[in-house]
Formats: sequence, C-alpha cells, structure tokens
Amino acid sequence: MAAETVDISNAMVTAPATLGDWLVVAPVAIPLVFGAVLLMVRHETRFHAGLAIAGLMATFAANVGLLERVLSEGPQAMTMGRWLPPFGISFAADALGASLALVATLVAIVCAIYATKEIDATGRRYGFYPFMLLMMAGVGGSFLTGDVFNLYVWFEVFLISSFGMLVLGSTHRQLDGATKYAILNLVGTTLFLTATAFLYGTFGTLNMADIAGKVDAMRDTGPLMTLTVLYLLAFGMKAAAFPLNFWLPASYHTPSIVTAALFGGVLTKVGVYAMMRILVMLFPVERAVLADLIAWVAAGTMVLGIMGALAQSDIRRVLGFVVISGVGVMMAGVALGTEAGLTGTVLYAFHSIIAMTALYLLAGVMNGLGGSYSLHELSGLYRNYPLLAAFALLLVLSAAGLPPASGLWPKVILVRASLDAGLPWLSFAILLTGLLTTVAMGRVFILTIWRQTAKPAENDTVVAGRPAVGYAALAMLSLPILLLGLYPEPLIRIATVSATGLLEASSYLGAVFPMEAQP
Amino acid sequence: MEVALSVFVGIFFAVAIYLMLSKHIIRILLGVSIFGNAVNLTIFTVGRVVREVPPIIPEALQTPDTITANPLPQALILTAIVISFSFFAFLLVLAFRTYQELGTDDTDGMRVAEPEGEPLPPLGY
Amino acid sequence: MRTLIFRTIAPYLTSLMVLFSIFVLLRGHNDPGGGFIGGLIAASAFAIYGIACGVSPVRRALYFHPMAISGFGLLLAALAGWMSLFFEVPFLTGLWTTVSILGLPVDLSTVLFFDIGVYLVVVGAITSIALALEEREHG
Repeated sequence: MAAETVDISNAMVTAPATLGDWLVVAPVAIPLVFGAVLLMVRHETRFHAGLAIAGLMATFAANVGLLERVLSEGPQAMTMGRWLPPFGISFAADALGASLALVATLVAIVCAIYATKEIDATGRRYGFYPFMLLMMAGVGGSFLTGDVFNLYVWFEVFLISSFGMLVLGSTHRQLDGATKYAILNLVGTTLFLTATAFLYGTFGTLNMADIAGKVDAMRDTGPLMTLTVLYLLAFGMKAAAFPLNFWLPASYHTPSIVTAALFGGVLTKVGVYAMMRILVMLFPVERAVLADLIAWVAAGTMVLGIMGALAQSDIRRVLGFVVISGVGVMMAGVALGTEAGLTGTVLYAFHSIIAMTALYLLAGVMNGLGGSYSLHELSGLYRNYPLLAAFALLLVLSAAGLPPASGLWPKVILVRASLDAGLPWLSFAILLTGLLTTVAMGRVFILTIWRQTAKPAENDTVVAGRPAVGYAALAMLSLPILLLGLYPEPLIRIATVSATGLLEASSYLGAVFPMEAQP
Repeated sequence: MEVALSVFVGIFFAVAIYLMLSKHIIRILLGVSIFGNAVNLTIFTVGRVVREVPPIIPEALQTPDTITANPLPQALILTAIVISFSFFAFLLVLAFRTYQELGTDDTDGMRVAEPEGEPLPPLGY
Repeated sequence: MRTLIFRTIAPYLTSLMVLFSIFVLLRGHNDPGGGFIGGLIAASAFAIYGIACGVSPVRRALYFHPMAISGFGLLLAALAGWMSLFFEVPFLTGLWTTVSILGLPVDLSTVLFFDIGVYLVVVGAITSIALALEEREHG
C-alpha cells in the first residue's frame, strides 16, 4: 500500500479510461459475459436463443461504435490493467481488426437466428449457444488484440469452443471429423506458439506495435526470416492454405449446418487476418522475400481448392472446397503486399465471411425442403420455392464473382493489383478460379433448383417445412451481399484504410504508445 | 545451460514429430503432448536462463537492486501449459469416444466422414 | 478401485483436498499458489471421489453441473474486469479496498475475485472432463 506515495506515471497509464476507450475491449468482453451466463443457465434452454441474440446484438453495437471511432479518429488502443505498454497486454483496434470483427459479429447474429430452428433442445442443452458466444469472444479477441501471445490465447479460446460446437450431436461422422480437425488445428496453433517463442527470444517483447517499431533495428541480427516462415506455416494451417488444408474438407461438412456456416464464414478468415497482421505489418521485408512462395501457395490453394469442389456430390463438401479456394484468393493479396492487393484481400474477406455463411445456410434451407444435401437427390426446388431460387441465384453469382453480387469487386481489385505488380499468371489463376467456381456453383444451382424433379407428386408432400427463419437469415445476408455488389465505395474505403494501416503502421504505433513513449 | 536445454528441445521436437507421424490417434496425442512440452521448454530457453535471484522487489525499493530472473517466460509457459492441458484433456475424451464409437484408432480406418469410393456428382440432367 | 478402504477414506480425503485447494487459492494472494493450481487440486479431489464412489454421488454432491460452475467462474472473472469501468481505469485493472470484518482489516480486490473465478472455471472444466472419462470407464 506504499504505492500511494509513489509517482506511478512511469509504470502505469494515468489518463482516465473513457467510455469510448472501452469500445476496444467491449466486442470481446460482452460475448464473454453472455457466454458465461449462458453456461450457467445451460439447462434452461428456453432462454438460450434470446440471451445469445441479445448478447451478439450488444457486441454488434459495440463493434459499430468501435469501427466508427476508428474510422474517424484512427486506431484505438487500451492496455489491460493500467500497465504501460509494452508491459501490459494491449488491445489495439485499427480499421482492419474492427471491420472484420464487425462483419464476423453480423454473420454470428444471423447464425444465432437460424439456429433457433436448426438446433433442438438437446443441442442447446449440450451448449450450442454458450460455445457460440465464447467462440465469438475468441474471434473478436483475435481481431482486436495487439499482443502476439494474446493472439495465440484467443486462437485457442475460439478453437476449444469450436470443438464443442463441432461434436454437438456426437454422430460417427462428427467424431471422425472432429478428431482430425482438433488434432491438426492443435498442431497448427502449437506451431504458432513455437514461432512466438522465438519471436520473444529475438525481440524481448510480444507487443505488436513494439515489435513493428523495433523490427528495422533487428533486421541484421535477428532470425527474422525463420520467424516469418514459421508464422506463414502456422497461419497457413489455420487458414487452410494448400498444402495444409486437409483438415477442412475432412470436418466442415460433419457438424450441424449452422455450425458449418459460422466456421466456413469466420474461422479461416482469422488465419488470413493473422497472416496479414504478422507478415505484412510486422515483417514486411521478409514477406517480400517470400512473396513468390506465397503467390504459388495462393494460386495452388485457389485452383486446387475449386477443383476439389468440382468432384464432390454433397453440397456441404462442395462449399468446404469453395471456402479453401477463397482463402487462396485472399492470400494472393498477401503475396502482392501492395496497397491495392491488400485492399482486395480485405474486401474479399468481407465478401467471403458473408457469402460463405449464406451459402451454408442456403444448403441448410435446401436440406430442410428437399431432405438431402446430395446433388443426386435434390431437384426441382424452383417449382415450389421460387424465393429460394432467387436467393440461390444471388449467392451463386456472389461466390462466382459475377455482378450484381459481392464477389465481383474484390476480384476486380485483386486482378488489377496482380497485373500492376507484374504477376499476370496470378491474375490468370484468380480468373480461372472464378470460371471454375462458376462451373461448380452453377452446377449446384442447375441440379438443385433448375432440374426437373423426378417425382413431382411426392415432392409436394415434403412441403411441411416452413423455412421462414431460413428465408429471414438469407435475406439478412443477401442485403450486404447486394450492397457490396452495387454500392461498394464505402466498403472499399474501409478496406483501403485497413490496407494503408497495415503498410504504414505509424498510426497503430501511435495509438498503442500515446505519449511518444516508444522505447 | 542454454546448450543443454537446446539439445533437450531438439530431442523433444524429434520425438514429438516421430510420434505424430504415426497412424494411431493415441500416439499422435502423445506426440502432440510432447510437442507442447517442447515448445514450453523453448520459451523457457529463449527467455534467457538466469539463475540469480527471484524477481521480487525488496520492500523498501521501487526497482529490483540486482539482475533478477525473467518472470515473463514463466508466465507464458504457465498460460501455454494451462491451454495445452485443457486441450489434451478434451482431446483424450474425444479420442476415447471416437475409439469406442468407430472401433478403431487407426486413421486409415477412420473414413466415416469421407467415405471411399463416393460417386461423382451428376454429370448431366 | 472400489475397495472398502478406499471408499471409506475417499470422502475424508476429498474434503481435505478441497479445503487445501481453497487454502492454496487464498494463499495465491501474496505467495505462490492461486486459482489455477487450487482449482486443479479441487478437481482431482472430485476425481478421487468419483473413482472411489462412482460418478453420480459426485454429481449429487456438487449439486450444480460442473459446466455451470465453470460458467459462474467465467462470469465472476469477467465482472471483476468490468469493475474497472466504474473507476475510469482500463479493463482488468486491479482495484483494492480494505473492509473491516469483526475488527480485522481484510484486503479485498478485484484480483481476488478474478482468481476465484479462475478457480471455479478450472474446477468446473476439469471436473466435467474427469467425470466424463470416469463415466465411460464404469458404464
């Protein structure tokens, strides 16, 4: 208690934390509190959906506030426990983290709404909603933390919650998929930890802003190339980049469809985000050395991913491979490392989070109406459900990157960026992927929606399902997809701010070390 | 000291990777567990091994008066141990359950989610 | 494992270990110890009780579901962090106060509640995993 007589300004933050500063931690702290409450009332399943949606709405509001503040005032930071950075763990939100957290929360809300129909009382008692909230806390933490070790911790938080969601139901298929998913992801995060150990040994700090400030001085002495390669490996595994992608098609089609929607939308993007944050912001010179490798990995991921999709007959497995191919497209921007390339990557991440979630939910609605996920069995949905056909058309266009849907602009930006960077073959790969995606998704559309149904009389009797919730969820996701397709300027602006923030980290540094107290 | 620890880290990594190359889940799990310990030992080693004094500031002072051991690697290791411990516990339950349900812990035999010889998607109407 | 000797001793052993775990938890205030290690001790106590007397007596004795305990711990830890909101300091800042209980000054802090939260999270999570494993072995 002697501390009262001591001048603490050398060790602690003395400026009072305003409510606005709290916005930086609110997107993590709110779902954490709601997840905890949901865990406590696990057996009162009737409260679950309401509590979860309320919690996610509150998180969404905090995210909107945070993004608005970040866009108007620049990056925001808060260091836990009043310790001065880099000694305390900093949370730092720039446009990239804040916008991705916002989009992820948006699709989580839609998934929570869809789950009211999809997840029955058993699934809720098992803990679907608590796990979902805790997972979103982990995802939000990953997007907003400013500390590499803390990033690892948030990775593990959302990973362990995702295990819980993945085995919900415990069918043989799920156990099989979950075992592979769990082990391979654990190996991936342990690799991440290995890299972080060497990072700490090299820099003596784990604060991202601190490292970004010190990296130039360490370039001659530190094993920075080793670190960068290790991080590329670890995040490539998390993001399901070829040739480390095999856990994804083994597991993403096994859980309940709403879980798959959330995973396919959000989780791989966290890997891409971490890749951008660490490789582009912290180690730009080393990334440039590896650019060719990353470009080949990107091209391999996108082309081989979509070729995998062509060979599948289960819609969920098709979508799993489309997710992988999207990761390849995003990595193309990381390989370019230019402002335009990163803008395309960020914009593609927005598109992919929303569109992949919507596509999985669409598959769920189709299964609810047609009773199957198989391309062999689904047919003639247009006849009875024209609205579903409209949604399906929009989403197929979106995945394929055709107007008026959301996939167009990010691909345009990425193709132009790779042409400008003198990599025409990379833009060819992106365009080829677009063509193959059109084929793969177009075939899904033609077979399930267009194809004449074999037994129309029997099909009419299946019209028991009332997909109101499914339609509502699809409509909620179709709006941003159309917005991104028809009026992309605001989102392109956010993506550009994100990209410049990565390439020019001084404002990020200034937010974490406010008094120019940079060591 | 660092050299000896580095050799141990190398041995740990080698054993872990060897075990993880196995086809049997239980060996992979043991490998993952050793992998985690290898990383913990790495953190400990790269945090500079100082044998002097525990990092406790004497009551009368504001800063430690001598060079002390670095407490941060231990905090990191503790966090990593906590996480890998809970993961390992969870994976053990999962693997045991899988073994009971599927009747095998051979990854070659675990083809329920991705069955072999699946038909191609319809090639036309 | 359900021998007479073990079954007779187990309740005493369990209560002793739970007591010790709380001691370790509170000792963590100023000395080595703390929520995580205390929670592990308590979880092993319940595991021993489960091995000796079966899983359902443990579940009855705990009254709350282990995951609910864990959720309460998480809530406690998170709220201990949120307390900072009212004092205009950053998230998770340690706040201290001294209250007088029966004439003795007792230091209370958000750190203590955070640690109790960690203790409960660990007790809940590890106990639930241990009981799940034991249930399979016997059932």
